Amino acid sequence: MAKKPYDTPNLDQLESGPWPSFVTGLKRLAKDKDYVVDVLGHLEHSYKTRKGYWKGGTVGVFGYGGGVIPRFTEIKDDKEQPVFKDAAEFHTLRIMPPAGMHYNTDILRKFCDIWEKHGSGLIAFHGQSGDIMMQGCTTENVQKAFDEINELGFDLGGAGPAVRTSMACVGHARCEQSCYDEGKGLRTIVNNFLDDIHRPALPYKFKFKFSGCPNDCMNSIQRSDMAIIGTWRDNIQTDAALAKKWFAKHGMNELVNDVVGMCPTRAIQLKEIKDVRKDANISSVAVNDSQALEIDNKDCVRCMHCINVMTGALAPGNDRGATILVGGKRTLKIGDLMGTVVVPFMKLKTDEDYEKLLDLAKRTVDFFAENALEHERTGEMIERIGLVNFLEGIEVEVDPNMVSAPRTNPYVRMDDWDAEVAKVNAKKAAA
Amino acid sequence: MAQAQMRKPVECGVPDHMQYLHPTLRNNYGNWKYHDRPRPGVLHHVSKSGEEVWTVRAGTQRQMDVYTIRKLCDIADKFAEGHVRFTIRSNMEFMVADEKKVAPLIAELEKNGFPVGGTGNSVSMIAHTQGWLHCDIPGTDASGVVKALMDELYEEFIHEEMPNRVRLSTSCCEINCGGQADIAIVIQHTKPPKINHDLVANVCERPAVVARCPVAAIRPALVNGKPSLEVDEKKCICCGACFPPCPPMQINDPEHSKLAIWVGGKNSNARIKPQFMKMVAAGLPNNAPRWPEVAAVVKNILRVYKEDARPWERMADWIERIGWPRFFEKTNLPFTKYLIDDWRGARSNLNASTHIRF
Repeated sequence: MAKKPYDTPNLDQLESGPWPSFVTGLKRLAKDKDYVVDVLGHLEHSYKTRKGYWKGGTVGVFGYGGGVIPRFTEIKDDKEQPVFKDAAEFHTLRIMPPAGMHYNTDILRKFCDIWEKHGSGLIAFHGQSGDIMMQGCTTENVQKAFDEINELGFDLGGAGPAVRTSMACVGHARCEQSCYDEGKGLRTIVNNFLDDIHRPALPYKFKFKFSGCPNDCMNSIQRSDMAIIGTWRDNIQTDAALAKKWFAKHGMNELVNDVVGMCPTRAIQLKEIKDVRKDANISSVAVNDSQALEIDNKDCVRCMHCINVMTGALAPGNDRGATILVGGKRTLKIGDLMGTVVVPFMKLKTDEDYEKLLDLAKRTVDFFAENALEHERTGEMIERIGLVNFLEGIEVEVDPNMVSAPRTNPYVRMDDWDAEVAKVNAKKAAA
Repeated sequence: MAQAQMRKPVECGVPDHMQYLHPTLRNNYGNWKYHDRPRPGVLHHVSKSGEEVWTVRAGTQRQMDVYTIRKLCDIADKFAEGHVRFTIRSNMEFMVADEKKVAPLIAELEKNGFPVGGTGNSVSMIAHTQGWLHCDIPGTDASGVVKALMDELYEEFIHEEMPNRVRLSTSCCEINCGGQADIAIVIQHTKPPKINHDLVANVCERPAVVARCPVAAIRPALVNGKPSLEVDEKKCICCGACFPPCPPMQINDPEHSKLAIWVGGKNSNARIKPQFMKMVAAGLPNNAPRWPEVAAVVKNILRVYKEDARPWERMADWIERIGWPRFFEKTNLPFTKYLIDDWRGARSNLNASTHIRF
């Protein structure tokens, strides 16, 4: 039995209602742990005063420079002693999850046992960078908890100016839209950057994220310095049986309004079967005895909409890989940045393909490490130095897929225009 | 403890996910054909091999006590061959290879208080962060805001009645760790930091703090004979960027740290390109423990979107069709001068055309 709980009138109000309550969970833990009694008291104080009271510090594990988020209470009495002394330290261990966040119950129960013994018993699945967040641990117990978690084959994630923990969508494991092996991509890259994860020494954080198709379920375009988003080069695949099944259920109005009409590049048309073009770039599938969808794959931007609506009837092509975008991040300090294209298509099938991806990642992080200012993210660095300088630094050739439009102003020195034209022509001739 | 006795870490990195996959997922890795949704909260995937798997998705509180996790494990052991996975929005997924197990699994989850839903055109769980529970710079709480809102949006989680999927996020400061979303709730500070000049010299690396300010409003100064920092309050945009590197520059304020609502963020490339979200409301009070004013605005936007958007239109697609004036008209939200962008690149957010809907 733990000590007597504090009155928590504010938190108590978060126990009613149909959604699962983290307060109820904390109260269950507080029955046996003085630590969590004080965590509840601490949080109630925040609710009462509408302010946060944790400050950072330096806590880590032997051999690593990051991965633990230290928290020390700032709620002190007039003698500078913690008011909630059992929760004076409330550190978090960031643990890297398996790609796709798959678990068996055996490993989850082991996490629970370790965290019940050494920590608060509160675990967040998952943090916004993807970490398993083992929340609430004293300085003394951080090493003990990590040692046991590490023995299970799990490792600390990133914190501070480091390569960070990564995420991959469910992808290959359970999704027909998956265009590459996201888990393999994640492990190939992340497990080759462990030194940069565990010993923060970059200008600022660097995040990789892995989405298997342009639906980008991992939000990689806005939330990662390097987004690896699955796509394909050849024609959309079709399945006549599933297309007819879809049409039988949804009918002509939905086909026209929800599929044909919503194609952003007008690449889809509804045609009489006899009028469907036979070009190599055309995908087509009959929806009934007389009509078919005709997709001009040269006009298609691989947005996924029609495939999302008619899953299985339409599917990504066979020549699969990824588009790689660099420089996404949220607003501080120069304003929001989307990742932008640096590689329109990279085939991802063989081990050698994945090695090429790793090689690009290494060149990018190296360039970032050497050229970014302190506390500057990759996207901000590119904004400062220009995309072309960045591309030259990572040895990638320019491509019109990298821009939404060419330059709209004349303010540029172009002394070497002829030489650049010669290079482009030579490349064309060699292709 | 002497260093000689310390255990060296095994730098093992990310473990192999294949060992944790449900057997049907492992057998059909990279070989799926299509899926459908038999009912809200359930996905049905069919492999090219003909094998099938049903996934039941349940909402969780994300910050889970070990008893909750063990309860979910008990359910997974009983119905789902001992395997689970989590979505990016902290929903737990149970995979079953036998369709007959779906209904009893749902019943068991619901009996234990875990809502089944979050699939397809539903409002899924809110992406969120740590807040007062654990963050060192939070303007508000995270788990509490989310609990309060998900209680209000519960019916929209367990049904699929929206025009398209709806993704929400909350963030406890302007760094916006919750991320872009169809609707995002983000702290917006309205007063410059209050500086404790006694502490600045000892706690903060002053040149780094000066460099952190996006509008160059911070400069070194001698205050009461001590080296400190001062803020040009006319220039200050109250973003809070100085607070993390310099905690004596307190930006959080129980009254003046307000909440803003943003809409139309989208990561997917489906239809229109990925979009940043836009601020449409602000000045909402940080009213713990249930933030009713925020809930009212969010629910109102959702109600209008649900009534007015066409099938498959995400929030951003819908607004692109109806236009911003009608968005503000239909939601009855006031369009104020503060919603006109004046940050770098702002002119690209102005209407450079005669495209006006009357």
